[in-house]
Amino acid sequence: MTALQERPFTDRPEGGRLVDQFEYGLDAPICLTWELTYACNLACLHCLSSSGRRDPDELSTEECKALIDEFERMQIFYINIGGGEPTVRPDFWELLDYAVDHHVGVKFSTNGFRINEERAAKLAATDYVDVQISLDGATAEVNDAVRGAGTYDAAMRAMTNMQNAGMKDFKISVVCTRHNIPQLDEFKAIADKYGAQLRLTRLRPSGRGADVWDDLHPLPEQQRELYDWLIANGDKVLTGDSFFHLSAYGEALPGLNLCGAGRVVCLVDPVGDVYACPFAIHDTFKAGNVRSEGGFDTVWKTSDLFLDLRNPQTGGACTKCSAFDSCRGGCMAAKFFTGLPLDGPDPECVKGNAEFLERGEAPDSSQDHSHTGTVRNAPVPLVLSPTRTASGTRGRPASACDESPLVTGRPWETS
Amino acid sequence: MSMLTTPLAVREEGAWQLSGSVELRPEPFGALAYDFHTRRLSFLKSPALVAVVHALSGCPSVGAALDAASVTDAERPTYLAALQSLAAGGLIQERAA
Repeated sequence: MTALQERPFTDRPEGGRLVDQFEYGLDAPICLTWELTYACNLACLHCLSSSGRRDPDELSTEECKALIDEFERMQIFYINIGGGEPTVRPDFWELLDYAVDHHVGVKFSTNGFRINEERAAKLAATDYVDVQISLDGATAEVNDAVRGAGTYDAAMRAMTNMQNAGMKDFKISVVCTRHNIPQLDEFKAIADKYGAQLRLTRLRPSGRGADVWDDLHPLPEQQRELYDWLIANGDKVLTGDSFFHLSAYGEALPGLNLCGAGRVVCLVDPVGDVYACPFAIHDTFKAGNVRSEGGFDTVWKTSDLFLDLRNPQTGGACTKCSAFDSCRGGCMAAKFFTGLPLDGPDPECVKGNAEFLERGEAPDSSQDHSHTGTVRNAPVPLVLSPTRTASGTRGRPASACDESPLVTGRPWETS
Repeated sequence: MSMLTTPLAVREEGAWQLSGSVELRPEPFGALAYDFHTRRLSFLKSPALVAVVHALSGCPSVGAALDAASVTDAERPTYLAALQSLAAGGLIQERAA
């Protein structure tokens, strides 16, 4: 499948801004996310990787160690480990130690269920490990509606354990939704209370996120609220460069303000497939597999997909927009999974340029590891109505015009 | 200039080296510098500056490192300023000459 338009190859400029250099890619990624497992004890509604069940073809412990060796050779100084829930892998702590021993720092994302007092003490004892606790509501009501019953309490327990162990500046990672944007100050207060750093990231219509996107993505006035809040809080709040599409409001947000997919960012999934970014787990954005000859290094340096992504966007409607230099057309994955053209506006374009576009058929997912039976910590409905059916097919509005903010009108003003 | 009066000023006659917790990764535009203690990533935006930084530890002085990397007299103030900002960020540290 070739959703990507071929871009003309141009030569890397000498000197100039870093962001221009980054568009042409680096010899190794700066931000590598490694989803260690699709297994998860939860069933979050918006899971980017549609996690739940372990994939039987998961990389073995030895394969994981060989990959860490390769990261070390490529001088990938740190990696972000996620899942699924990485701590459910029996060899998780062993792999963590192995990475640290091989000069590869780790930040791992967890729901916190397994960060007990003993683990917290071990984590606090090493410089090379950072922990990121997922929290999608500043109250149990808002959080558990997305993440599942008891998950708010579990996150708080983990944070208490880490604080008591003397761990400083661990991260609290929040996916911004329609329901938690009114809670930004409360999130900040929670982070301050635990001596943690707040990290806000963007909801993406990827994985199961596609099913709840229309219900959960921030409303236009909330985008403005978020932007103003981020500007007011500056680099005290981390964003992983998540919100560069909001830079079109005016002043650029801290960070690179660039889509790094395949250029400075990539994702390795539990079976070793390499994707352009963590929000693009789809065959269209698969560059190769670490098990192939030449390993990860060869995939990163020579895959056709990545070489193509390392060319600046030259065509399309966005390049004619006055805000293009600040928003760069927004998020590739958000466009792809909402059926928008990749060289057009982001579905959440703050100039409203996506509203008048016809949204094509959203692509089917390439993989799904969602739990099929009941889950102990299932999401607790708030006002959300997940549209996934038991068979795993995507429920879509009968007409795109009924619910989509992308096509006609401004449904949020009447709802 | 205040730069010359601060104790950590990078002068041509001083001896410096890459900090122990910092590693450089070469890139087409220069290099990435990562400090494993502060977990901070920085960017050296010219291959010539990277050459100077690499030369620091093997040279008796900053001036010798600039010579080793073929930095001309006219370019020296620019390179000294760049080294000064690396020093301010803790990426290079002074050592006994």
